[in-house]
Amino acid sequence: MKVGVVVFPGSNCDRDALHAAELAGAEAELLWHAETDLHGADAVILPGGFAHGDYLRAGAIARFSPIMGAVREHAARGGLVLGICNGFQVLTEAGLLPGALRRNTSLHFEHGWVRLSVERRDTSFTNAVPSGATLRMPIAHGEGCYYLPDAELDRLEAAGQVLFRYAPPEGNPNGSARGIAGIMNEQGNVGGLMPHPERAAEQILGSDDGMFVLRSLVESTARSGVLVG
Amino acid sequence: MSIVAPDRRTADERPLHRRLGLTDDELAAIVERLGREPNDLELAMFSVMWSEHCSYKSSRPLLRTLPSAGPDVVAGPGENAGAVRIGDGLAVCFKIESHNHPSAVEPYQGAATGVGGILRDIVAMGARPVALLDALKFGDPTDPNQRRLVRGVVGGVGGYGNCVGVPTVGGELTFDDSYADNPLVNVMCVGIVLEDRIAHAAAAGVGNLAVLYGSTTGRDGIGGASVLASATFDEMSAQMRPSVQIGDPFAGKLLIEASLELVERELIVGLQDLGAAGLTCAASEMADRGGTGMRLDLAAVPRREEDMAPVEVMLSESQERMLTVVRPELVADVLEVCRRWGLPAAVVGTVTDDGLVTIVDAGEVIAQLPARALASEAIVLQREGRPPVRSRPAPAPGAPTLAHDGLPERGMDPGAVLQALLGRPNLGSRRWVTAQYDETVGTDTVEGGRHGAAVLRIKRSRRAIVMSTDSVPRVAQHDPALAAAMAVAECARNVAVTGARPLGLTNCLNFGDPGVPEAFWQLAESVRGLARAANALELPVTGGNVSLYNESLSGRIAPTAQIGVVGVLDDLDWLMSPEFREAGDLVVLLGETGAGMSGSNYEELAGAAPDDRPPSLDLSRELGLQRVLQRAAQEGLLRSAQDVSGGGLAVAVAECAIWSGLGVELSVPVGLPPAVVLFGESPGRVVASLPPARWSELARLAAGLRVPCRRLGVVGGDRVRIRLVGIGATGAAEERGARVADEIDRPLVELERAWRQALARSLDEVG
Repeated sequence: MKVGVVVFPGSNCDRDALHAAELAGAEAELLWHAETDLHGADAVILPGGFAHGDYLRAGAIARFSPIMGAVREHAARGGLVLGICNGFQVLTEAGLLPGALRRNTSLHFEHGWVRLSVERRDTSFTNAVPSGATLRMPIAHGEGCYYLPDAELDRLEAAGQVLFRYAPPEGNPNGSARGIAGIMNEQGNVGGLMPHPERAAEQILGSDDGMFVLRSLVESTARSGVLVG
Repeated sequence: MSIVAPDRRTADERPLHRRLGLTDDELAAIVERLGREPNDLELAMFSVMWSEHCSYKSSRPLLRTLPSAGPDVVAGPGENAGAVRIGDGLAVCFKIESHNHPSAVEPYQGAATGVGGILRDIVAMGARPVALLDALKFGDPTDPNQRRLVRGVVGGVGGYGNCVGVPTVGGELTFDDSYADNPLVNVMCVGIVLEDRIAHAAAAGVGNLAVLYGSTTGRDGIGGASVLASATFDEMSAQMRPSVQIGDPFAGKLLIEASLELVERELIVGLQDLGAAGLTCAASEMADRGGTGMRLDLAAVPRREEDMAPVEVMLSESQERMLTVVRPELVADVLEVCRRWGLPAAVVGTVTDDGLVTIVDAGEVIAQLPARALASEAIVLQREGRPPVRSRPAPAPGAPTLAHDGLPERGMDPGAVLQALLGRPNLGSRRWVTAQYDETVGTDTVEGGRHGAAVLRIKRSRRAIVMSTDSVPRVAQHDPALAAAMAVAECARNVAVTGARPLGLTNCLNFGDPGVPEAFWQLAESVRGLARAANALELPVTGGNVSLYNESLSGRIAPTAQIGVVGVLDDLDWLMSPEFREAGDLVVLLGETGAGMSGSNYEELAGAAPDDRPPSLDLSRELGLQRVLQRAAQEGLLRSAQDVSGGGLAVAVAECAIWSGLGVELSVPVGLPPAVVLFGESPGRVVASLPPARWSELARLAAGLRVPCRRLGVVGGDRVRIRLVGIGATGAAEERGARVADEIDRPLVELERAWRQALARSLDEVG
């Protein structure tokens, strides 16, 4: 079971994601954005950072990186893809996930610890989460305000594509629509979230709740099936 | 060829060297070293290299008095950053640097490029930057202009650090009127490197090639070192904006990754970043350190603008550039690494054996100067120092003093004073700032910006590194030597309260115009105090930075010796945190409260101090205290430990309570005036908590190291209660017919709210 972690120029959570994927029991490899294949990775993580500087709009240029072709094909074959923070932004820009991530309503970068409610535990990104658990992990972003028109939000929710919502006591840190912190595509094999599970992968760092997400990804892939909701 | 842009307002008739900021004496010294007159380009190169910023010409004789050797020192002053050994074959590189004047002119870019610059110093050591700490100082936070500066600077620090993915894990935020027109932006960077991979900033190996890589070279920041950093600040500041560089954190990130790959693959011989004085500084310093020379071909320098004059290329301070020395057979590999990271790179020079920096343009030698004359043998100025006339006369003998209850009329209730102190922007939560900084990227942050010291674990090791930055500028207004020593002690103590061993010290000395004897005296005194404390605490000073001319039309800043200390915790299991852990635990005070309230937060709040002199510092006891903390950590004696500094004992206790959500009930004996006992900021004290069963062990340990240790009470409840016991608690006030509460008794939630809202309220509230 191998996880490929894509490195765009400007990615800065690539080594963090690699480390956490290894802790979750996977073999993990960094994949340079200029490559055109995934080196046999069974699952792909698009990590956080500022791909290509993000001076234009977060993720707007990264979707043109050569490796995104391979990521798209992997997703089309049903392979698992998880976008974290900037990776989530890239996935929405690439059209692999619906919606967009706008500037935080505070208009500045927000770092802090948040709590997430888990909307369903039968997906490839959440199946290792214990029942009833809320997950504590950090956020660190300037553009994390999830947006989708209301009618589409209704459809997204009805289709069970919402994975995580910001929960009390900290609540919604960025103005995201309906408190949405993470979603997946209709097929259930491409997921994205703004909070950083890889930064909450060890107790010494303040929480290991993020491991539930990474272990879900790794174990789902190892079972070589994609749970479709 | 015109070297200096014509002054737009008046035709400047002064000779060139003066327009470049060189004095007549300095020109004479240049001619003496060269044995000839320099040409215009050479004079411009001297002007930046002999600027205060690059040459340390006023401070060098003082800095030589600082202890820099130690068993753990791997790299000391003279390298791009200091480095100390931490075990497991690893070294920590660290340095603190100022970007004050650029930040005053353009706060966002000034601060951002300050971060970029200090990051590159660490990268130039071959180390991966793992942490940033920012020490920021402004005027009154309710003033709209100060708010603009705070927002800009905080945005800039975050904008750069967040983007490059180096967590900002700590720092200091201070408001004092003396910084209103001259804010201080000091940034410390800490990196980790395999000890045997440390890169050196020397141009070794005659015939090796110099490769310039990173961003292209433009006209930005020309004369930054000589114009911005080395002159008094006045109404000209707005016109200096073109001298401020623009940061590109994305390029900075690529530069970090490319540089670390070059180091890791052992492709290079020497490495230096381009900061102040750009290519001139990098080439001359590398050649000087290597005992070699360097021949630069300007035509080869990748540029972002057309028609740049040679002097512009040589003086450009365009950001995100590095110069590396490479063996010829590896040049292709080096260029390939840069290409892959999308960084322009070119061979721009050759290492020579003649000791000269030779500049060639279009096949013609246009400048040729001894590297030493530009760098290590730059002019040294013997400055005159004179103590200032004490601005506030000592009280006449027999003059009435404040009532010995020591609490100001408006604060007859010490609980109200405590709450007011916690609500001061200098003491309240920094979260308004830290929320804008990525604190957890890198997945090593164990303790971030909330407390005194930051703690980072090291992956695949039991060890953690601990770091802090501190200053005591308000005391420095009274006694700069004492303040510098207190800052060293406080910084080391902040590291030691985690259980760590402090290993090394870096410093950023922010002072006024060294040509003014009173300002130079402040600098000299501070260095004296710094040296005394560093020696006593066995802390080698591995490097630092001096920022002079921090003056404006409205006056000179408080003398500010910003200290940074890095230490190691050999086993992360030993880590002690500041917040209380368990109800029922004993609360103890290690160290002894001393007299002296000058320079305290209480004095600032009350407008006067009941004990009008600075506190005193016992460095041998300070060292004993650190040893107690380290031993206690190793033996798992303490459940928490917190430094007592700003706001004194009451504030330290309240912080332990606020951070834990656990109340506390203490009885504090009163020998000194109550205000001194509760709010005095005498050094050498730590509030700790421990299970009652371990008390006798702690008492024995402390006694063995001659550190006073006293039980104060217990953790528990939902209030902060500190009862003053003993004589003198109420008498004087009752004589005046007022009743003074002899205890602090406040709900924890109220104190927490005051502390949490302090900064946001000052910065955001429309008033």
